[in-house]
Amino acid sequence: MSDKEPLFSAKNRKLITNPIGAQNPITIQVLGICSALAVTAKLEPAIVMSISVMFVLVFANLFISLLRNTIPARIRIIVQLVVVAALVILVDQILKAFAYEVSKQLSVFVGLIITNCIIMGRLEAFALGNKPWQSVLDGVGNAAGYGVILVIVAFFRELLGAGTLTLPAVGTLTIIPQAFYDLGYVNNGLMILPPMALVTVGVIIWVQRSRNKDLIES
Amino acid sequence: MDKQGNLYTFLYASIMVIIVAAVLAFVSESLKPIQNKNVEVAKKIDILKSVGIASDAKNAEDLYEKHIGANTKVINMNGEEVKGSAFDVDMAKELRKDADARNYPLYVCKLDNGQEKIIIPLRGVGLWGPIWGYISLNEDKTTVFGATFDHKGETPGLGAEISKEFFQTPFKGKTIFDESGAFTSIKVLKGGSAGNAHAVDAISGGTITSNGVTDMLEECLKGYEKYLKN
Repeated sequence: MSDKEPLFSAKNRKLITNPIGAQNPITIQVLGICSALAVTAKLEPAIVMSISVMFVLVFANLFISLLRNTIPARIRIIVQLVVVAALVILVDQILKAFAYEVSKQLSVFVGLIITNCIIMGRLEAFALGNKPWQSVLDGVGNAAGYGVILVIVAFFRELLGAGTLTLPAVGTLTIIPQAFYDLGYVNNGLMILPPMALVTVGVIIWVQRSRNKDLIES
Repeated sequence: MDKQGNLYTFLYASIMVIIVAAVLAFVSESLKPIQNKNVEVAKKIDILKSVGIASDAKNAEDLYEKHIGANTKVINMNGEEVKGSAFDVDMAKELRKDADARNYPLYVCKLDNGQEKIIIPLRGVGLWGPIWGYISLNEDKTTVFGATFDHKGETPGLGAEISKEFFQTPFKGKTIFDESGAFTSIKVLKGGSAGNAHAVDAISGGTITSNGVTDMLEECLKGYEKYLKN
């Protein structure tokens, strides 16, 4: 598949780094916002959601790219949906079996990975026209770009909203010491509610744009 | 074969769907035992929580075995014991039957200090979906020892607060029968329940969920009335 160029040529590396930075699916393309709002009240579900999306996106990209020359054009969206839906059900079943608590927290949002615009967008825009290896890299890159934002948002929301950080396999860590509360510090309950996720994403977009002037539309 | 032709499209779709269905069916079947186990453990954690025993996925089984074990019963509306395993009774299904045809499961929990508590499962409807919980009674069979509630998808910050400590703690010490022995249940009241032995405070903005809890307590507990009075 990559006879001429090495596996991680400069061009291929860009497939991963671009979506994390200047082509970020959430902050630049503003895709996948709904799940970014819903699962970021705590760090743990955000991390699990990112991993789930990465799994789905990488394999969906791979399968669609492998099948790209056989898919009848008239039903290509249906084919993409079937592949994505099958992968999402797999993730849901696996979470229910091995991470029951987290799957309860993510509840309906695992199923809604199917409708995550990032996934359909990458299948349509990239995997249908590119080789499998590049498609896998593109999937890793975009899912990572999505995951990074999710984790940043969840970090601030949980830290400021609950004073804790919940990590998979580690459990809940209390970050704000009791002494702060004794001095009158209070958790900002608003951070737990979905609107503050939107504001946090907005702040990230602001920071990103003020650092990278190329992103500002004329 | 013409890749844009109808025959090819139909064949492609059919074969793909069959393969996907086979894979998913296989995965679902092979993971089912582990998933059922998780649901069971979650239920045991809830039951233990109603008597104030904190547990997690690792020790719930052992604690359940130690405090409750086989000490469960299924009764009918007349308070007579009927056959069946209390743990396997699905309250959602029972509530669809007529009150006198239902099976009423209950658990007897022996605490570390030797006291025995009766745990009764509850199930009802909130604003958006099912709500459920467990309520435990002291040996006098009327005073509440503890209660725990959970919900499928009540509004976060409003109805969903029923799963929080501050809502559940006031149930402690309330009674479900009055002095004359008449069944009163416990009401979730708007506007304060101070001094009322049969009511707790409702959640502002969560009226429908609060009413749901009232109805759930009334509907589920009244089936145990005869049993508890004996």
